[in-house]
Parts: sequence; C-alpha cells; structure tokens
Amino acid sequence: MSDPKTPLRDREEEGGRRSAYGRLTSGLRAQGTGRVVSPGQLLVGDVGTADPDADGVALAEYALQHGLRPSAQRPTIWNYIAQLWRRRHFIIAFATARNIAMYTEAKLGQLWQVLTPLLNAGVYFLIFGLLLHINRGIPNYLAFLVTGVFVFNFTQRAFISTSSVIPTSLPLIRALQFPRASLPLAYVIIELQQMVLSMVVLVVIVLASGEPITWYWLLVLPALLLQTVFNVGIGLLVARLGSQVNDFSQLLPFLMRTWLYVSGVLFSIGTLSLRTHRWLIVLLQLNPAALFITLVRNALLVSQRLSQPGAQPYNAAKCHIWNTLGHQAGASTQYQYDSAYCHPYANPDYFWYYGVGWAVLALLVGFFIFWRAETRYGRG
Amino acid sequence: MAEPMVVVDDLHIVYKVYGAGGDRGTAATVLLRVLGRKTRGSIREVHAIRGMSFIAYRGDAVGVIGRNGSGKSTLLRAIAGLLPPEEGNVYTTGEASLLGVNAALLDDLTGERNVVLGCLAMGMSKQEARDKFQSIVDFSGVGDFIDLPMKTYSSGMGSRLRFAIAAAKSQEVLLIDEALATGDAEFRVKSHARIQELRSQAGTVFLVAHNLEEIELTCNRVIWMERGQIVKQGEDVISIIDEYIAASGGAGIARDPVTRARIKTQTLDSATR
Repeated sequence: MSDPKTPLRDREEEGGRRSAYGRLTSGLRAQGTGRVVSPGQLLVGDVGTADPDADGVALAEYALQHGLRPSAQRPTIWNYIAQLWRRRHFIIAFATARNIAMYTEAKLGQLWQVLTPLLNAGVYFLIFGLLLHINRGIPNYLAFLVTGVFVFNFTQRAFISTSSVIPTSLPLIRALQFPRASLPLAYVIIELQQMVLSMVVLVVIVLASGEPITWYWLLVLPALLLQTVFNVGIGLLVARLGSQVNDFSQLLPFLMRTWLYVSGVLFSIGTLSLRTHRWLIVLLQLNPAALFITLVRNALLVSQRLSQPGAQPYNAAKCHIWNTLGHQAGASTQYQYDSAYCHPYANPDYFWYYGVGWAVLALLVGFFIFWRAETRYGRG
Repeated sequence: MAEPMVVVDDLHIVYKVYGAGGDRGTAATVLLRVLGRKTRGSIREVHAIRGMSFIAYRGDAVGVIGRNGSGKSTLLRAIAGLLPPEEGNVYTTGEASLLGVNAALLDDLTGERNVVLGCLAMGMSKQEARDKFQSIVDFSGVGDFIDLPMKTYSSGMGSRLRFAIAAAKSQEVLLIDEALATGDAEFRVKSHARIQELRSQAGTVFLVAHNLEEIELTCNRVIWMERGQIVKQGEDVISIIDEYIAASGGAGIARDPVTRARIKTQTLDSATR
C-alpha cells in the first residue's frame, strides 16, 4: 500500500514560465506559479479575471499589491514575543484549566495536588529514613533527600510533559491560530503550580526534621525563578525535538534516570572522594539540575550550608577525618560537619552566577529553536 | 473592482504520516533497516492539496464541496494559516479563522470555565471574554448547567455551547467547517441566523458542508474539489452542484420554491431580530 508522491508539477514548464514572465518578487518563500489572466489563456494554476489591469500578473504579486500576506508566515522574533505577551491570559487559563482537569476524576479531587508530593516524600522516608539508615555522611539526610527529589521532579516533569506537547496538542494547533510557544509555556506553568504546592509540603518536612527558619529561606524564591526560566528554555527545546523526532519520547526515561543519578539527588556530589577525577565532579556539580538542587538546599537547610566543602577554612586534619571516618556506614554525627573543612571542587560562591547562566542560556537557545519551526508544528 | 481577501496561489499541502507502513512490526525488519541505513520506510506522505489557485473577494460566500478526503478541511486550515504549504502559498488579510474551538475546551471543566477558556483561546482579551460571557451562555441555552462540568451535558447541549463560544467572535475571513448540523431544529435556525450575522460582519466566508442545500442557500460561489484539485468552480452554484451530484451518483436536490423561501425568510428574520 504505497501512495507515491505525485510529481508536484512539470518542472520544465515551471522554469520556462518563470523566466518568461519574470514577475516573481524575490524574498518570498514557497511562491506559486499561478497568475491572474484573462479567460482564454488559462494554464494550470492560473485564475481567470475580468480586470484588464490585473491581466498577466503573478498571483503572488497580485496578493501583495492588495495588501495581503502569506497566511502561514513566521513572525519576526520580536513580534512573536509580543504575540506571546498578548496571549498571557490564555496561557495561564489554559495551564490552570488543565491542572484542575487532571484531578477531577479522583474522589479526593484537588487534594491530590498536595497528597502526591506528600506520598512521594513518604516513600523516601520509609526506605531511606526508617529501613536503610543510609546517610553517607550527610547531616539531616531525609531533608536533604526530599529537597533534592522535589526540585529534580520539577525539571523532570517539565521535561517529560513538554516533549510530547506538540503531538498531543495537534487538534488544537490545527484549529486555532496562536503562538505555539504558548503550549510548552503553559505546560511548564502547570508544573510550576504543582511545584509551589510541593514546596509547601517540603517546608513542613524541613521544619519537622529540625531545621530552623532563617532569612536564607527567601533565597528559595530566586532559585525557583531561575529553575522555572531554565525549564521554560529546555521545555521549548524538547517540544521542538519531540515534534520532529517521535523516538525521542522513548529515549526520555533513560535520559532522565541518568540525569537523576548524576545530579546528586541521593548523594552529595560536593563530598564525593574521587580525588583523581576532580574535573568530573566539577562537571556534575555544575550541571543545571544539581546546581538548582544545591541552591535550594543551601537556602533551606542550615545543615547543608554549614557542612558543604569550603564553608570553613581548609583544615587538612579535619578533612582527613571526614574522608575516612565520615564515610563509614553508621558513622557518628560528630564527623558529618567535618566535610566543611575540605576544599570545594567548584566554588559555591559562584553557584548563583552559574544558575543565572544556565537559565538565560536555556531560554535564549530554546526560544530561538522553537520559534524557527513556528509555522511547521501543524503538519504533524 | 472587487477587493481580494484570499488569494490561493498554486497551493500544495503534504501531510506526513508516521507508522503507516506494515514493516514496523518486527525487530528484525527494524534492525535490517538500521543496518541498511535506509530511511524510515514507515513515513508516508499524503499529498492532500495538489495545486489549487483561486481568488476570493470581499463579500463572497464560497461553498467548498467534494467527497470525504478530497481536501476540503485541509484547504480551510491552510487558509487559516494552520498548515504550512509545501509549495505555493495562501495570502490573506491576516484575520482568517476557523469557526470552532472544540480542541481548546476540556470536558472535565465546567461550562463556565470553558466559555472563558474558549474566548481566550480565540484571542480575545480577558475583558472581552467577560463582556461576551452572558451573551454566549444565553445563546447556547444551557441555562443552569453552565456551572456543571461539560461532560455531564447531553451531546446536543455540548455542541450548542461549543457553537455559541465559537460564534462569539467575528472574523474578517470566516472559515466554517460543517458547523451547522448541531443541536435540535430550533437551535439550527438560531445558529443559521448567527452565521448569517457573522457573514454580514465578515468580509469573506468559506463554507464546507455535506449539506448541499445549505451551500445553495448561503453561497454565491462554489468550489468543487476532488483529490486535492479543483474540478470546477464558479458563480453558477446550482449547475455545479447538480453536476457534482450527478458525478457522485447521488439523488438530486428537490428545489421546492416554497420551502426554500420559508428557510430564507426564517433565517433573515432571526438575523435581524
């Protein structure tokens, strides 16, 4: 069962006609060869007219003369941003509507928005807090773990949902005209709304684990803002990828799992003792997921801020104690803070700059790449 | 001289369909394909529009007829700028829109939320959506059901609300794809009147409908499509429709002058009311 593509038209005739009339305006993509001609000399692709002035004019030129524009033309990047801004209410309404619709079938309804992160945290508490007693030398391991899981989840879910946003929204794309970047943007906003609720749960858990409230907590807001901007950027990027490479969604779970394991969700990258591969550790620490996790952890958890390498002046003896005794299974809590006396692999003072860098870079690249294919998303 | 509103210049539209071939099933065939460095055999291109040219002027109501799969809906989407042309181009004033918001609505949400969502999706501002809200609800006649989820509506009620939302915005170039056959007899008259009203506000209307009588009554021009090409087009609506009916072997339209006059006056009445 094959439907061979019909030759679009007789190329020779096309070429001949183009040169003979030479009425094609340059700078327009995908121009047709139709003309407006008086009846009697009509060729395929021509339109008859009774207007003697228009006789023999190329259709494209005729349209432009009358102030018409190509219907599927990509707007300039500045126009595109303006269009998106005008659609801001739609984007937010669309995101909120989908968020609400997600739980209408469930008996507990909107309560699931809070229950889901709570149960997530519960699983980790059960396994790591009660069953395994693993802390790998990290103080307040439960809060450390749950913070990492929640922050990573935000990026992970944004990544996964935007990768399929174009195929799943195809009916909408083929019915209404709007800047297509609205869709990945709305999907990231959905995840942001869920993240805000997760943060409420997280705050409760962190307080319950014995961390004090400090002014540093306010730093969570800029950290989440940067992460959201970053998520929008990669959301736009993977939305375009997902619209063109269908196999991408099959590959995604493996990508995400790898990313989870290298981003220090379950362990602290900064206190790894792989001295020979210093560059590798720096690389892991500066990957965007790890970076945003570290920023939030340092904001919320005093135990993290005080125990991260570089927090105290270097002290070879204490660092050595931590490297040997601190890593032992069931090590006493007295060694846990000694990692602060080690050299940091990447300087934590610069983490905010790196975070801004990642967010801006992702947004610029993602937006540009998504915009490039703006008119093609309806094709499927 | 008539002012052109839509110029279609030698338009070609191609859809890409994935997974169409039968060779995708076994791992062995995939492996062979990968080893052979062949391109994916399962992508099939469907050439939906193969070279159409025409001009529609201000004040035109263009009926598009043809069998299922002849490319009528694709043509409307291309005019609305929703599908990129493979070759050729479509030129419009930039305000061509399909009548229909179904895809933007969510059945799990209340009618109320859907009205707002639909209005915003069509590009209205928040204020406009608020202003139109009551008239949309009144027009749809769903009454108190408006604060219930749309999935609890009867199918007639749902389609009435969808139509009411879609018809709330007037367009310069209005593209109507089989939107008329919704609801009960009373609502059909009402929606017919609303479309006449939109038509009078719009510069140009394109109407795709299987109901040929509808086209005869509302359109001054007709385009007959077959396999993505124009078979015939012109202002001689009745003879082209008759020819189309003869070609597809259907029964002719009974043109009873009394009934036709009644339908026309009915719609005009309610349009002016």
